[in-house]
Formats: sequence, structure tokens, C-alpha cells
Amino acid sequence: MNANVNAIYKARARKDKMVRVLCFAAAAFGLLWLSLILFTLFWNGLGGLSLSVFTEMTPPPGSKTGGLANAIFGSIVMTVLGVGIGAPLGLLAGTYLAEYGRHEKLSFYVRFINDILLSAPSIVIGLFIYGAVVVPMGGFSAFAGSLALAVIVVPVVVRTTEDMLLLVPNQLREAASALGLPRSYVIRSIAYKAARTGLITGVLLATARVAGETAPLLFTALSNQFWNANLMTTMANLPVTINNFVQSPYEYWRQLAWTGALLITLAVLALNIFARLLAAERKKT
Amino acid sequence: MSDVDLMTHPAQSKTVAAQAKLEVRNLDFFYGASKALKNINLRLEANTVTAFIGPSGCVKSTLLRVLNRMYDLYPGQRAEGEVLLDGQNILNPSVDLNLLRARVGMVFQKPTPFPMTIYDNIAFGIKLYENISKSELDGRVEHALRGAALWNEVKDKLNASGLSLSGGQQQRLCIARTVAIQPEVILFDEPCSALDPISTAKVEELIDELKTKYTIAIVTHNMQQAARVSEKTAFMYLGELIEFDETTKIFTAPSVRQTQDYITGRFG
Repeated sequence: MNANVNAIYKARARKDKMVRVLCFAAAAFGLLWLSLILFTLFWNGLGGLSLSVFTEMTPPPGSKTGGLANAIFGSIVMTVLGVGIGAPLGLLAGTYLAEYGRHEKLSFYVRFINDILLSAPSIVIGLFIYGAVVVPMGGFSAFAGSLALAVIVVPVVVRTTEDMLLLVPNQLREAASALGLPRSYVIRSIAYKAARTGLITGVLLATARVAGETAPLLFTALSNQFWNANLMTTMANLPVTINNFVQSPYEYWRQLAWTGALLITLAVLALNIFARLLAAERKKT
Repeated sequence: MSDVDLMTHPAQSKTVAAQAKLEVRNLDFFYGASKALKNINLRLEANTVTAFIGPSGCVKSTLLRVLNRMYDLYPGQRAEGEVLLDGQNILNPSVDLNLLRARVGMVFQKPTPFPMTIYDNIAFGIKLYENISKSELDGRVEHALRGAALWNEVKDKLNASGLSLSGGQQQRLCIARTVAIQPEVILFDEPCSALDPISTAKVEELIDELKTKYTIAIVTHNMQQAARVSEKTAFMYLGELIEFDETTKIFTAPSVRQTQDYITGRFG
């Protein structure tokens, strides 16, 4: 009997060790590629980093000088505009799902469609805006690019908003209602307040997501060699510039592409770290 | 009944001596298809504390949640019968729920401070109904916190988060918040079940003081608490009101066998 138990126990211990080793190996395998990517990015991108990257325009073919100023500017403009359009829509829709429509049939369908949109390939969204906005308006524009980014932002923010609001205990809503607060007050003054950092984190993560999107901009904002602040024409941006430059035969262009990729990665990293810090802050209170 | 009716404090009704502050008549309550409350009839008199006792799951809290129509937040829950607040039926669909809840306040089982400062937890509700100056508001906040026996503990940290207080303090903050908007009835739903004995004693003292101004209903699992704080006690079992009488009578000479069994600990 005793020997029997021992054998069972030993087999279980062996299995435990095996699973643990497998998990470690899988984690290490994943991290290896991530660190290789980051290393290559820094290795190739850091060399090109200089002040002129931020001050000079994207160079013409063959040029040995030039920077990414117009592309950086364009990326910031379109990202901000895209998030500016998409985030409020997402926040409102998420609020509907978590607050007003919690028990409604409509919410079920909205949530389902939102999940599909969440995993839709971004190139499809680019094509959609191309057909819905670029063609009718008669040309590529930064505005269309922002709209494409907004379409990507919406489902991300809808999902995080709903999740974060659902984390707010119902007791808090009841307590607020018990004071005679109208529903809209309960949501604005209590639920939003309780979920605030979570909501901001969601918007930040959505921003990080669209900051590096290339496909939706290829069909909408295209790119531009020059400084342009007009939303109704093409606008340079980092992802498309990288895409164009990295395929070129010019050494200097390829260098700029690496540097641009590094810049996007650093910006996304910064946004993610900021979002994490906010989330950690929330846990403390 | 119109919204305007709910706003006025019907002083004239006080002349009718027989009228209770709150009167429940033939009340049935349903969660979907299942009947949770069966033909409840009782009267809550002004300036008295009425305790609701009974084993878990006998829907004492449900009854309380009918009295301020808190159940209305959820679909599929409905009440039939009449609940008269100063003679006006609050189950009437035309009743403005926000104004009703301003008159019938509620304190919950778990302390629920809002995610804001201690000061704002109180000021928030007041500002909802009254347009008053900062100094006047300061006075009202202090008054409410004193009324909840919390002022001395928090007067130096009014700008700290309400969530930073201890459980007992949080519960008194919630009571202060409820009192601050000057309701007429206060419903306590097991207010002490998450509190230690010292905090419980403080809340009980508070309830004793509050009854001079308000009509109070309290649901409790603690029979000693019911005996200590209330003048009237209602014993409920499986959705029915088994016995409703003076607290002293319920605890010394109940007229129904089930009540006797429950208070002597034979079941429940």
C-alpha cells in the first residue's frame, strides 16, 4: 500500500517537473524573439537618431540628408484625431453596454459585432474607409486616415469601457441611487469616477494600438514628401514612411526607416508603461 | 400623484393622528414569476424605530427595497399593492423615483463611500438639491458629520479619500451622507453586519438619536440589536409577515408560535 502511494506520488512529481520545464521553455522562447526584435531595432535604429530626424523633412530619393519631422507630425496629428473621434464614441457605447443596456437584447448584438470589429484585419478597415470616404471625397486625405484609425479605436475602447464599468460594484450605484441621484449622475459622478483610471488606461492602450498601424493609412492618408498640416490632402506618417523607405535601394532611406520604427516602438512602449503605472496606482487606492 | 406632491412636506397630514408615516397595504412582490413577499401589511410610525427580523432569505431586505423602490433599478422585479408615504402611494408609476429616494434614504449592509473625499461624500448629495454658498455647505457637512458621530475623527482630514476610513467610519460616513440631504425616513439594511462591536455600538447609539427626527426601519440578523434599538419589531418568515408588535412584546410574549421558536433560537 505504502509503496503503491509512493509510486503514484513520484509519477505526479515527475509530471509536475515536466510541465514546469515546458512552461519555462515556452516563456523563454517567446521572450527570446521579442528581445531579438528589440535588439535589432535598437542596433539599427539608434545610429540614425539625431536632432535632424526631428527637424528635417523626409528626403527625396538619393539624398543624404533629411529627417522624419513631417512623418512624426503626421502620425501625431492622425493618431490624436483618430483617438479624439474614436474614444468618445467607444466610451459612450461602452457606457451603454455596461449601464443603460445591461439587460437589453440590443447589447448582446452590439457586443457581438464589437468583438468581430475588434479582431477585424486593419487592412479591411483601410479598404472600408477607402471606399466610404476616400473615393467619394475624391482623394487621399489625413482626415480619411484619422477616420480609419478611429474605426480601430472604437471597439478597443468599447470593450475596455464596458469591462471597467462592470468592475464598479453595483452597491455603489445603488448607494448613489438611494440618495436620489438620476441615472446619468450616478454614471458620471460615481461610476466614471470609480472606474476612471481603467477608462484612461483603455484609451491609452487604444492609442498605442493605432500609433503603429500601417495598413489603414496606406489606403487613406497615403504619404507626403513635404510638411503638410492640411487635413484634406495626403499627409506623411511614420508607418507608411517606414513601409516605403525600407523597400528602397537607398541606404539613407533604410536607415531612416529603422529610426522611425524605433521611435514608434519607444512611443508605444512609453504609452504602455504609463497605462500600467496608472493601473497600478488604481490598485493601491 | 405628481412630482410636486412628493416635494411638499404634507404638514396637514400630521393633523390626522391615525396616519402612519409609511403604511404597507396588501403588498406582494415578485422576482420574475416567483412571489417573494406575500400580502404584507404594516405601519411604520413617525419617530420610531421598526426592526425586521427573521432567518436569512426571508426577504426582509426585499421589503426594505420596496420602500424606496430600489428594486426599480432591475428589470423583472415588481411590487403589487400599496405603500403609502404620508398617504401617497409610492408604487404609483408616476412617482418621481429620485425625489422619493431623497425622502426615503437608505444605508446599506456594506459601507459604500463614494470614490471622492470625505467632504465631497457629504457635499455631493446636498449640492444635488440645494444651491448654497460654500460656507453654508461647510456648515451642513460639519452638521451631518457631527450627526453621525464622525466629526471628531475626520475634521482634520476632510480632503482625504472616503475610502481611507475604517469600515465603521465608512458606515457612519454613509449615514452622514444620507442624513445630510434631510430625508424623512431612513432604511437601514443590516447596517452593522460588516462592523466590529465597538463600531456597532456607535451606529446603534446613532440610530437612537436619529429617531427623534426620522422614521427608521432596520433589517437585522442580530436579535439583541433589534431588542436594543427598536420600539416595534416585525418577524418575517418565507416572505410572510408572521408577527408585528411592540418590541418588548415580541421578545417576551410573542403571540405566534413561530416567533417564539425563532427568538428562542429553535430555528433560523
